[in-house]
Amino acid sequence: MNAVFYISAAVALISTVMVITRMNAIHALLYFIVSLLAVAVIFFTLGAAFAAALEVITYAGAIMVLFVFVVMLLNLGPSSTAQESQWLSLRAWIVPAILALVLVGELTFIIARGSLQAHAASPVEPKQVGVALFGPYLLGVELAALLLLAGMVGAYHLGREWGVEIEREGERESERAGEWESGRAGEWESGRVGERETRR
Amino acid sequence: MASIPMEYGLLLAGMLFALGLIGVLVRRNIVFILMSLEIMLNATGLAFVAAGARWAQADGQVMYLFILSMAAAEVAIGLALVLKLRRQFKTLDADAASRMHG
Repeated sequence: MNAVFYISAAVALISTVMVITRMNAIHALLYFIVSLLAVAVIFFTLGAAFAAALEVITYAGAIMVLFVFVVMLLNLGPSSTAQESQWLSLRAWIVPAILALVLVGELTFIIARGSLQAHAASPVEPKQVGVALFGPYLLGVELAALLLLAGMVGAYHLGREWGVEIEREGERESERAGEWESGRAGEWESGRVGERETRR
Repeated sequence: MASIPMEYGLLLAGMLFALGLIGVLVRRNIVFILMSLEIMLNATGLAFVAAGARWAQADGQVMYLFILSMAAAEVAIGLALVLKLRRQFKTLDADAASRMHG
């Protein structure tokens, strides 16, 4: 089990170094996802299966998808097609794929050895975490909920102003054709699509 | 079966945090700065989980959950600001927004 930890740590460090040295944002995001998956494996070897699952679902799933979505949104334009074909070259994805395959090999090794819980010396069950979370840390949970609400309202506010600017630019006939695509994206981000439809 | 010493987990967390800090200091593209911030937050969570596993307490994972929710809120606001910066300055250079319009 120690070998699994060391290999995952090496994968995490290598992919993190690659994240901060890449020039292309999508390449960096690929490496960052591999780094997060490696950290999830490390959580599992430490006996924190709940944290490992959350790392994969929330970090590597939700937050990274948000990053990829925004990077795609920023690269609108005529040059995006050429960039996209360049992004899908073999050199871009082969190293993250190899690093991810190392993690898959570790996973199959863990599963093949059976008894998922017996690896760590003292695993902390999800039930313990839940009991602690809604017992002594209940106030923290409420504060986290307030923080998420504030984050949602703030992101909506910032995105809404951005959508209004684009809409104002879209009034000019000359730019209408070019701005249509990004204008739609901005409105979708701020949820103003329905409003515009009714105004027409 | 010998379990992993806590020091190694903390050492890995420290190295990941240092890499994230280097990323924040070196890169000027604001998307990469946000990514490096995420690396640093993730490293902090790793330190909490490693310490929680050492004493077999659930508190480490509880703290990890709080860090996770904070990172989610931070990245939502940060990416909205990136979109706004791009819209206003037509660039992703963090130095472009160095002047305040008080």
